[in-house]
Amino acid sequence: MKPIVLKRGSPIFDKVFKIGAAVAATYVLAIIVLIVFQLSTGSYPIWTKEGIYFLTGSDWNSEQDREIYGAAPYVMGTFVTAGLAMVIGVPISIGIAMFLAELAPSFLRSPLSFIIELLAAVPSVIYGLWGLFVFRLYLKDWIETPLNNAFGNNVWFFSGTPFGLDIFTASIVLAIMIIPTISSISREIMLAVPNSQREAAYMLGATKFEVFKLAVIPYSKSGLIGASILGLGRAVGETMAVTMLIGNATGPNAFPVSLFQPGQTMSSIIANEFSEATQGGLHIAALIGVGLILFIVAIVINIAAHLLVARVIKSHEGAVLA
Amino acid sequence: MITVEQRAEFRKHFRYNVSRRLVTDKIIKGVVFGCVVITIIPLGSILLEVFRNGASALSIEFLTQVPGAVGEAGGGIGPAIQGTLLLVGMSSLIGVPIGVLGGIFLSEFGNNRLGKTIRFFNDVLAEFPTIVIGLFAFIMIVLVFGTFSILAGMFALSIIMLPIITRTTEEALKLVPISYREAGYALGIKRWTIIMRIILSSAKSGLVTGIMLSVARIGGETAPLIFTILGSSQFFSGFDQPMDALPLRIWRLSLLPYDTAAAQGWGAALVLILIVLALNIGVRYVFLRKHGRSLHVRITGGG
Repeated sequence: MKPIVLKRGSPIFDKVFKIGAAVAATYVLAIIVLIVFQLSTGSYPIWTKEGIYFLTGSDWNSEQDREIYGAAPYVMGTFVTAGLAMVIGVPISIGIAMFLAELAPSFLRSPLSFIIELLAAVPSVIYGLWGLFVFRLYLKDWIETPLNNAFGNNVWFFSGTPFGLDIFTASIVLAIMIIPTISSISREIMLAVPNSQREAAYMLGATKFEVFKLAVIPYSKSGLIGASILGLGRAVGETMAVTMLIGNATGPNAFPVSLFQPGQTMSSIIANEFSEATQGGLHIAALIGVGLILFIVAIVINIAAHLLVARVIKSHEGAVLA
Repeated sequence: MITVEQRAEFRKHFRYNVSRRLVTDKIIKGVVFGCVVITIIPLGSILLEVFRNGASALSIEFLTQVPGAVGEAGGGIGPAIQGTLLLVGMSSLIGVPIGVLGGIFLSEFGNNRLGKTIRFFNDVLAEFPTIVIGLFAFIMIVLVFGTFSILAGMFALSIIMLPIITRTTEEALKLVPISYREAGYALGIKRWTIIMRIILSSAKSGLVTGIMLSVARIGGETAPLIFTILGSSQFFSGFDQPMDALPLRIWRLSLLPYDTAAAQGWGAALVLILIVLALNIGVRYVFLRKHGRSLHVRITGGG
């Protein structure tokens, strides 16, 4: 390393440097404010034309002179697919976190958590490709068709014609995608539980599972909820895999009724219809309006999750969530 | 947390039912291990399918040529590879300096309200739906300049990589021992010289980690590119022109109903996954060798 030459400069450089760093850091805030502003102004035409119908209506037509935009099915589609992904993904993630934090022999912990985290490294478009050409066919033949044959006539959410491109497939792939997020944060949170808690339970003769149930879970509950909500935020905003797998229904047909029918989410309708939306028309304003709703949903979910997780991890130094 | 009353209760509970409790414990252990296995299966399947189907598509022509006619065999993904490399490089030109400076601010001057606010929203932005950021870049750049362009893509991707770099930089700087700073102060060196010459160079591996992670992330991003670079079948022809990128090409190919398109899609997916995995495994290797432990950062692929 070259020697650092001592120079007597004026302290003004320090000030300039600090201000420069502050400006760079504030850039993030500026971007978020700008996103809110641009999405609001960009979607303004659709709010003035459709008003509340945009949130509650279900007809969606972009043909000239017959334009009507109601985004309710897509909002519901987002919540249903993300909710299903949570129902499948959260228990599995907590299980993985429990295994990695409490049970696994120490030589397995690090490689196993790396392998699980690799799932998060796979780009979403590759999940989509895999779902489209591989996973969908297995799901259709092994799960959807049997379920449909057995219960299709009696249970409404198993009705429909299983084709593989539907809400069920999209939700399962979403669940796979959020598992690494939830399990790695949950693991951090469980590792942050003081050992004295575990030792107290062991001392009473508890088994591993009882230690987990009695000492670890109560201590880390709010953090685990926060981790799950972060996963929900991911599932809500996920675009490509869902777009490729959900089947892309529009209008009233897109209301999520059965698991085995095509649906549509907020992000997938934006991705799908964007290339058809002419510049400056109402169609693009409608898509930006859907984007605004998605933005609001995502920011509420993320803020809630970060508040919950930060409270737990605050004392645990070195843990990074981002 | 176990209270005194609970303890008495547990003790009673633990004294009896021993065999049943041990069986429950075994079952739960099995279920939990099953969770791990069930999650590794999709990863294995994805890697297997991508390598199996993608390997047959790979050739020199496939990697260097422009796409052929729609639905026919032949042609390649040259422009897509060029576009991804260009986009990553250009986004880093904006994202890295701003992100590193932001991280310096948070670590060195961020122990106040402003620092806390920025840290919080930085974390929120890191988890943001990237499709919204794509729409934002569309409104900001594409609508204003009237053309889809690689510049708009660069803007969107730089926003996505920024929070990742800021966060890892901050963490890396915090790992530098306080005594390094104090040694600098004792010599009477200016604070910004200390930061630029001593702290940054001690935290080099952390910075590299952050940059590699963020590159792996934006390399796989698809959603924001739909609204910004649009896609094209030509090589780079100007910063104000549409451009192709690997993830975008995979998506477009997957929409086509031809077997040849699917084969090319798998080929492109193989190239993309090799880049992303190499970066992620590289990160781990670089940081582990330097510090003997992994940095607490989460890996993310693009959305």
